[in-house]
Amino acid sequence: MSEIILESRSINKSFHDPVTVKILNDINFKVNKGEFVSVVGKSGCGKSTLLYILSTMDTDYEGELLIDNIKMTGKTEAELAHVRNEKIGFVFQFHYLLNEFSALKNVMLPGLKLGKHSEQEVEHRAMELMKKLSIDKLALKDANQLSGGEKQRVAIARALINDPDIIMGDEPTGNLDKKNSEIVFDILKQLTIEFKQTMLIVTHDPEFAGKTQRVIEMEDGRIIRQ
Amino acid sequence: MNLRLIVSIAKSLLLARLKQTIVAAVGVTFSITMFVTLLGFMTGLNTMLDSLILNRTPHVRLFNDIKPLEVQPIDASGKFKGAYNFISSIKSGAGRKEIYNSGAIIQRINEDDRVLGLAPRINAPVFFNDGAIEITASINGIDVVEEMRLFHFNEYVTTGNPIDLKNVSNSIVLGKALAEKLLANIGDVVQLTTSQGERFPLKVVGYFESGLLDFDKTQAYASIGTVQKLLGKDKSYVTDLQVKLNDILLAPAVAKEYAILFQTDTEDIQTANSQFETGSRVRSIISYTVGITLLVVAGFGIYNILNMMIFEKMETIAILKATGFSGNDVKRIFMTIAMTIGVVGGLAGLLFGFLLSSLIDQIPFNTAALPTITTYPINYNIAYYIIGVTFALITTYFAGFFPARKAGKVDPVIIIRGK
Ligand SMILES: Nc1ncnc2c1ncn2[C@@H]1O[C@H](COP(=O)(O)OP(=O)(O)OP(=O)(O)O)[C@@H](O)[C@H]1O
Ligand SMILES: [Mg+2]
Repeated sequence: MSEIILESRSINKSFHDPVTVKILNDINFKVNKGEFVSVVGKSGCGKSTLLYILSTMDTDYEGELLIDNIKMTGKTEAELAHVRNEKIGFVFQFHYLLNEFSALKNVMLPGLKLGKHSEQEVEHRAMELMKKLSIDKLALKDANQLSGGEKQRVAIARALINDPDIIMGDEPTGNLDKKNSEIVFDILKQLTIEFKQTMLIVTHDPEFAGKTQRVIEMEDGRIIRQ
Repeated sequence: MNLRLIVSIAKSLLLARLKQTIVAAVGVTFSITMFVTLLGFMTGLNTMLDSLILNRTPHVRLFNDIKPLEVQPIDASGKFKGAYNFISSIKSGAGRKEIYNSGAIIQRINEDDRVLGLAPRINAPVFFNDGAIEITASINGIDVVEEMRLFHFNEYVTTGNPIDLKNVSNSIVLGKALAEKLLANIGDVVQLTTSQGERFPLKVVGYFESGLLDFDKTQAYASIGTVQKLLGKDKSYVTDLQVKLNDILLAPAVAKEYAILFQTDTEDIQTANSQFETGSRVRSIISYTVGITLLVVAGFGIYNILNMMIFEKMETIAILKATGFSGNDVKRIFMTIAMTIGVVGGLAGLLFGFLLSSLIDQIPFNTAALPTITTYPINYNIAYYIIGVTFALITTYFAGFFPARKAGKVDPVIIIRGK
């Protein structure tokens, strides 16, 4: 039996603005360590909404969320921030980097925040990661001087800096051209093979989903296939 | 927790918005500069104006007022008990302005170890004869040495040597304005008439300027012996005893004690000059009000700039939160920004305040009223600098607090979704 890293127990969510609309309906699934899972579904079916809940950023839901077999539901904001820092790497569709910092510092920040290793060690590890994603040459550039594909690779390196239990991505290739999409996909794929990195990636791209180990399909706030 | 990280993030955010930051800091600098300068200048003026009075005013003055008895014989008589006394126009008895038994009193006061010194005086009305015209004035018989030691008499004698009063017999120092009226130069002899009608020639050895023109128009000084001679009185005749204490705050108590002990009228400096204290206090209140108003305005400047910064940095805040920074961390980052603005702006304000004060201190300020003052007076009391910087920190703390709290509460989901 493989270990469960992420578990969603009957998660429900509604928006109340202006009328109550149920967006997520009884979501139940588990993700095992080392799995590369993609979530697909029509636009508006609730994929992003689910991902925000799973990443602990959204706490306004019913049901239970477990990460690494620890219940996240009901934890304080500061505790959840620590969980995100230590256990979750997040890659957004829009490469959210901090423009005030260099690419390297962007990668380092979550590591410095965790404070487990010294600044030199974090920097060393960040350089290693960037080398692996072949962006080490860009390390000292400002974040806003990079191309979209480069930014996304910096964001992936940032997601990896603290050796997270799981990487979550909301359409990480959605904003990239085909060539860059492939580069990013290959990186993610390689991470699962080489490091047994668990991945949960929301995507619109059937080709992308087809290449992952497991596909969770959603429709109107429900999981219809997993 | 990781303070260094927070400070380094705050620094990067600050440097990314250097111009706005400087504008905010300059607001604080300006208000602290004005606060420190204003208070230093105002209290400098206060001290100067006060010392104008305090230096030459005795802490306790003993004298005899001419007034009717408080308990009239008719009230003391048992015969009219229960009756209503409607006798009006009561005259004072044969009052004497002289302090009785002055020798013993002087000796007794000099033995009191609360007393710094004592200067006896005689005050008498006289007329100066300027041709056909008579000018009313007042002559003060003084103990020159003691007056110089205790009441800075020499500082007000702007022309001539005050000690000549003692060394030259039948000499007089005239108020400058009075001397001008009499056309009396140094070395001239002026004629004066006492209230008994005796006429005396006195030699002018100096002018004095007190700072109060009206006073200078009507006052003259001579040695105590000269005035005793003028009035035809003996060596023990004095009308005022001016006491200077070691501690000015004891004056009211000592005055009360002496009134009973020596059976004279007494007046303490606090009662005599209460209006000056009120003036000083009003000036201080005005300075503080203006200074604090400036600080509050600067505080609103910081508040606005931080709010704007947070609005611009929503995305940054969302990413920080998504990657594991808590609301508290974000709040601390923005508090650090606010406090940096406050500290840097405040310290620069202290420096500029000091420089501006020193500049004002150099500006010539020559007025006939204040012969000892040559430049504008400034009080460099460290307390104003401490108060100024403390207020700067408090204002920036509150100006930063609300925007920082708002930043801490930013919901990353809304920002990330909104893109
Ligand atoms: N703040 C909100 N208030 C009300 N309704 C919302 C809010 N946010 C999202 N929704 C609605 O919730 C539904 C799910 O949105 P969500 O972003 O999860 O869809 P999605 O599956 O990610 O779509 P896409 O593939 O286009 O990104 C949508 O119908 C959307 O209109
Ligand atoms: Mg979406």
